[in-house]
Amino acid sequence: MAEKTLQWLDDRLGLRAIGELAEHKTVPVHSATRWYYFGGITLFLFGIQLITGTLLLFYYRPTVAEGFDSVRFIMTRVEFGWLIRSIHSWSANLLIFTAFVHMFSVVFTHAYRPPRELTWASGIVLLGLALGFGFSGYLLPWNQISYFATKVGTDVAGSTPVIGKAIARILRGGDDVGAPTLTRFFALHVMVLPLIAATLIGVHILLVQKHGMSTPPWISSSGVRQMKFFPNFFLREAMVWYGALAVLGALAAIYPWELGVKADPFASAPKGIRPEWYFLAQFYTLKLIPSRVWVFEGELLGIGGFGAVAAGWALIPVWGVDRAGQARTRLVTGVAIVLAAYLAVFTYLGYVK
Amino acid sequence: MRLAAIAVLLLPASLLAASAKDTCIECHTAMDGAIQKPALLIHDDIHYANGLSCANCHGGDPTSDDPSLAMSKAKGFIGKPKRAAIPQLCANCHSNPDFMRRYRPQQRVDQFELYKTSVHGKRLASGDENVATCIDCHSVHDIRAVKNPLAPVYPVRLPATCGHCHADAKKMAKYGIPTNQLEQYYTSVHWAELKKGDLGAPNCASCHGNHGAKPPEVASVAAVCGSCHVLFAQLYDKSVHEPIFSGASGGGGCITCHSNHGIQQPSTAMLVGPKAVCSSCHEAGTEGAKTAAQMAQWIDGLGAALKRSDAVLSEADKSGMEVSEAQIRLDDGRENLVKARLALHSFQPEEMHKPIEAGMKIAAETLNAGESALHEKNVRRVGLAVSVFFIAITVLAIRLVIRRLEANGSGYLEPSKSS
Repeated sequence: MAEKTLQWLDDRLGLRAIGELAEHKTVPVHSATRWYYFGGITLFLFGIQLITGTLLLFYYRPTVAEGFDSVRFIMTRVEFGWLIRSIHSWSANLLIFTAFVHMFSVVFTHAYRPPRELTWASGIVLLGLALGFGFSGYLLPWNQISYFATKVGTDVAGSTPVIGKAIARILRGGDDVGAPTLTRFFALHVMVLPLIAATLIGVHILLVQKHGMSTPPWISSSGVRQMKFFPNFFLREAMVWYGALAVLGALAAIYPWELGVKADPFASAPKGIRPEWYFLAQFYTLKLIPSRVWVFEGELLGIGGFGAVAAGWALIPVWGVDRAGQARTRLVTGVAIVLAAYLAVFTYLGYVK
Repeated sequence: MRLAAIAVLLLPASLLAASAKDTCIECHTAMDGAIQKPALLIHDDIHYANGLSCANCHGGDPTSDDPSLAMSKAKGFIGKPKRAAIPQLCANCHSNPDFMRRYRPQQRVDQFELYKTSVHGKRLASGDENVATCIDCHSVHDIRAVKNPLAPVYPVRLPATCGHCHADAKKMAKYGIPTNQLEQYYTSVHWAELKKGDLGAPNCASCHGNHGAKPPEVASVAAVCGSCHVLFAQLYDKSVHEPIFSGASGGGGCITCHSNHGIQQPSTAMLVGPKAVCSSCHEAGTEGAKTAAQMAQWIDGLGAALKRSDAVLSEADKSGMEVSEAQIRLDDGRENLVKARLALHSFQPEEMHKPIEAGMKIAAETLNAGESALHEKNVRRVGLAVSVFFIAITVLAIRLVIRRLEANGSGYLEPSKSS
């Protein structure tokens, strides 16, 4: 009976082909193999976000009048609502962290080199989407901190030369953060970004399957031992995912995500307001830049700088590879170390100061 | 009257002079000692800032370089005004609505009329020149706006300004009035708020008036306090104590229990115990004393219950539990405590018991919410431990499966065999 069902499905879906693909997929075993897990953890956390986000949608109401109270209702009245909301918030932060680790591991192992330029590009866009998820989701509980952080965030976006004002207006749905901002952030968070992200994740994974796992340039790909993806690597990945689940559960139970107080647009901004940790480095940098540098406005210069660095980073497959298609390992590693050190130090400074 | 006429007539010329040439300031600035001082002080003066100058009060011709002309009587020079003439001199402008409208359209112009009704004004009229005139409170030559924090009549500075005379035993000796008001005021709850920057907190003028300053009559004390403490006064007015305290032989309404200048933060120690004010009339064991003790017990009981709830909710909040709803509800409980303290002024236990009962109910409800949250916290920790245990078992099981799978090197492809 089972064999018949399988055959029926195979005739229509080509299941055996997928099985054969899994059977033949291998993972290189070398000193940097452990970094392969971070892509998988990020994917796992994205799955957690989809599930918990969908559950939150059953109760969340995206209006200024009801947003905060509905989240409080989830936290206090809905069975395990506190757990779902805390896991969603913690998982979002862990996801961004693991995505950053995954990105830097790709750079340090020079996996961006041909023919994986599009894999790298789709990954960079996915990281940008993750930050967009974080920024849009932060406002949804409509509490004091998130309201003012969004005000600051959209102000910064509004400082972009030429198109800044239009961007800020589109994001806010008006001149200031208010009811239209909440509804459009909600729409972005639960529909626009997930659709784009799911599509890009599909493309990203397909490209990984097509080109296989990259081997660092200092290891000969033909001379390296391979581990079968299924079941050997898959089981290891499952162990890591279980570990991530335990960490998430512990964080949610011991440090439930705070709700704060309901946003009051007429109140003065809370003291020491700052964005989420993943925007802290940029936030602290903007604080350090004088209001005027030579003939340029300081904030404008900072934003321009971030844009230039981000563009340069996204173009690693262009300048980080020589004409023979080989990675310029020293140059790229040096740049990556500087950037990682800058992000770590400035995030820390932004947190403590 | 003559002075007033001269001053008003001189106004337009002097206004012009202040903006052009002012030999009064020029010459006096070049002098030494006391005669130089006014010329230096006037730069901080609000009148000077508004284009007025020395000649507007003292007369004379500030455009003349010749001292005999500048300070000639023909030009209206009056020299240093006599103390008794000062209120009228200031009133020449400050009681003139048309004149004041040019500078401050909403400025009151009844100061002089009020002053004449004050103890200071009446005594001055009777020939006592030791009493306060305008310049004793507002300063002279460096007169600042009331809202200027450096002005001696700025709310925070006013008690010291009044105390400059009223706390001086030597000055007050011949009037036979106490001099400890300022000392007492500085211990009061009113001063505690005022010095923190709450300019709405009462100072001397809030109860005594400013230009028409005089002590409130015994019968009107409750009305004076009631101008801020409205609800308390309304209840007191209907209470059994009102005719007694506010009567001719009474202590003077509110001050019978709360005192006047040194009003302290009220507490239940006023109702029961060695410092109880009730016991000064209601002897121990009497019905009144028992009622006072009952009221104290209710207030202390509700205060303690709310405090306990607050402590439990704070602990739950610090543990990351969501208890904001209960914390907001606790505010309702606190409001009931305030209402109970307010209702006490009706001196009817049944009126007071209503908010006490409501407050106790809220205290119990919020305590329960806090304890539930703390219990929930423990349940979560146990749940976490159980989950982690099962996750660990699963991970170990997978590890065992991997070990068994790879016992003979299965699952690995050596370089030559790799696809």
